[in-house]
Amino acid sequence: MMPFTTLTGIAAPLLRANVDTDLIIPKQFLTTLVRSGLGRHLFDELRHDPEGREVPDFVLNREPYRNATILLSGPNFGCGSSREHAPWALLDFGIRCVVAPSFADIFFNNCFSNGVLPVVLPAETIARLAAEAGPLTVDLSTQTVSGSGCGFRFEIEAARKAALLEGMDEIKRSEANLSEIEAYETRRRVEAPWLAVGGC
Amino acid sequence: MSPRTLYDKIWDEHLVATRADGTSLIYIDRHLVHEVTSPQAFEGLVLAGRALRRPGNILSVADHNVPTADREKGIRDETCRLQVEALEANVKAHGVPYIPLLDDRQGIVHVVGPEQGFTLPGTTVVCGDSHTSTHGAFGALAFGIGTSEVEHVMATQTLPQRRSKNLRVRFDGALPPGTGAKDMALRLIGQIGTAGGTGCVMEYTGSAVRGLSLEGRMTLCNMSIEGGARAGLVAPDDTTFAYVAGRPLAPKGALWDAAVAHWRTLTSDPEAAFDQEVVVDLRGLAPQVTWGTSPQWVTDITGRVPDPAQARTADERDAILRALEYMGLEPGTPMEAIGIQVAFIGSCTNGRIEDLREAALVARGRKVAQGVRALVVPGSGLVKKQAEAEGLDRIFLEAGFEWRQPGCSMCLGMNEDRLEAGVRCASTSNRNFEGRQGRGSRTHLVSPAMAAAAAVTGHFTDVRRMLEN
Ligand code: SF4
Repeated sequence: MMPFTTLTGIAAPLLRANVDTDLIIPKQFLTTLVRSGLGRHLFDELRHDPEGREVPDFVLNREPYRNATILLSGPNFGCGSSREHAPWALLDFGIRCVVAPSFADIFFNNCFSNGVLPVVLPAETIARLAAEAGPLTVDLSTQTVSGSGCGFRFEIEAARKAALLEGMDEIKRSEANLSEIEAYETRRRVEAPWLAVGGC
Repeated sequence: MSPRTLYDKIWDEHLVATRADGTSLIYIDRHLVHEVTSPQAFEGLVLAGRALRRPGNILSVADHNVPTADREKGIRDETCRLQVEALEANVKAHGVPYIPLLDDRQGIVHVVGPEQGFTLPGTTVVCGDSHTSTHGAFGALAFGIGTSEVEHVMATQTLPQRRSKNLRVRFDGALPPGTGAKDMALRLIGQIGTAGGTGCVMEYTGSAVRGLSLEGRMTLCNMSIEGGARAGLVAPDDTTFAYVAGRPLAPKGALWDAAVAHWRTLTSDPEAAFDQEVVVDLRGLAPQVTWGTSPQWVTDITGRVPDPAQARTADERDAILRALEYMGLEPGTPMEAIGIQVAFIGSCTNGRIEDLREAALVARGRKVAQGVRALVVPGSGLVKKQAEAEGLDRIFLEAGFEWRQPGCSMCLGMNEDRLEAGVRCASTSNRNFEGRQGRGSRTHLVSPAMAAAAAVTGHFTDVRRMLEN
């Protein structure tokens, strides 16, 4: 996974509640077999009309937000489907950080699997950040988001932070617990033998 | 030991390791895999040179983008076909149990797992699909995961997890006639909102929950994710054991007895502390219908489309205005005055035999209203067969419903079963998000009985009146 340390860039405001993953990447793009190439379909139904033309007033179709690397949004961001295609699409578009008052659980986890930083800040703070004219800087080590005239601290779980800063391979990390996994399996075979499956 | 909730007990039983940074490694007993969220996981494993730790603990099936008619002729849409072929190639290469597309057991993962006895009480169940919460109906800790986590489980049979909060949902009173599990779920979400359960595992309690069949409990647990929760749970009881007994992958003989003895211990201790509690009063519950683009925007069938002017905040007003515009609805319109063009009966929420029986009861001897297209999509091939054995297919076909082959179908419209822009649908699925059933589609979530009622009258109708006669 790509590490996340600091990021300075344009922050696009999409200040609505409950931005669901169907909205982030509609189902017709889920037939892909790879992780890449979804950026042009990010927010497809907001960004393009049914004929595929750009909707001029949608935020990501306006300057300077076409080059946004940060997204500002409302509460319960990423609710709905578990599709990891949502963070893949954000990442492929160039967005590496989403700032919202709250996130849905599965999306939140999926961000960390992909080196995307979800930042939780109150709605008023996000409104303040959206009013900034220039780029924002997100610094994970100091846990701050700042603009030219303001700076805010955010909270993040220590383990999550360390994993992002390092760009840690989570599977590798769990593989380090192999002996415990084996011990667990041995114990369970005795304690709960009915769990063995024979396939189908 | 101090009193524990059902969730605590399952958690403790699956704890493999607690790491220095406070995260826990949880063992995963059962893994369901489908075609849409798995190709990148298999690819990732191969690229990293990793093997599957326990391929036998997986059950795989294609469901999301499969055709629901003329399946024997193959999948016409090329990208869908390639994805199903990729699944078939992957499961073959890695020795993963797979139910082929033309097999009677094929169907929606969340219908197939329970049906096959793959889902068992007290297990941990994951799938790259948010409605994995369905399996909580068995007292299994079941939750949706992303594709990277699918890969993680394939490689290690574990997941790093953080403990969720315990939320008890207590349903008070009995279910009034004409209402069911879907109405309970929608009422709850209407009450707590789509983020109400964030960070929590919800345990459903109360005599109404005890009184539900396993199918009903699955409907209820299915929609836990729509209330923002990681998972939903119903403590296993005799209803659960009767459902699981004799299923192909369920334990047999002495193992069965040992399993049941253990499963009986899987209840929240009377003194166990919950972090939060929600009480839902079922007295006076009417059939529910959503009016907006979020499952929390729901009302009684006797209710009306809300007036944005009565919103509590400016943000809420704007959100309601946008939803009403998208849905093409005027404030104050009685729900019963809203006409539909499509009725969809199916999905992992309401595609089981009991759901089809409920809909058939309403469809029997009636005709689909002029100008309405009505589809019935069984949740699995076995549900389809059972329904046909009971003559439900005849009832539907005579009433003018389409009787289709199993799959996710119009729940998300990845296959050809899609709504056109502006088309209004009474749907038994679980999400009414913008564009969910097709770009510009207008979805109203209802129970199977209510969807059938809307199909035959052409507009939302209080099914209680139709059941009286
Ligand atoms: S039926 Fe709908 S909600 Fe259920 S698994 Fe399929 S697409 Fe997801």
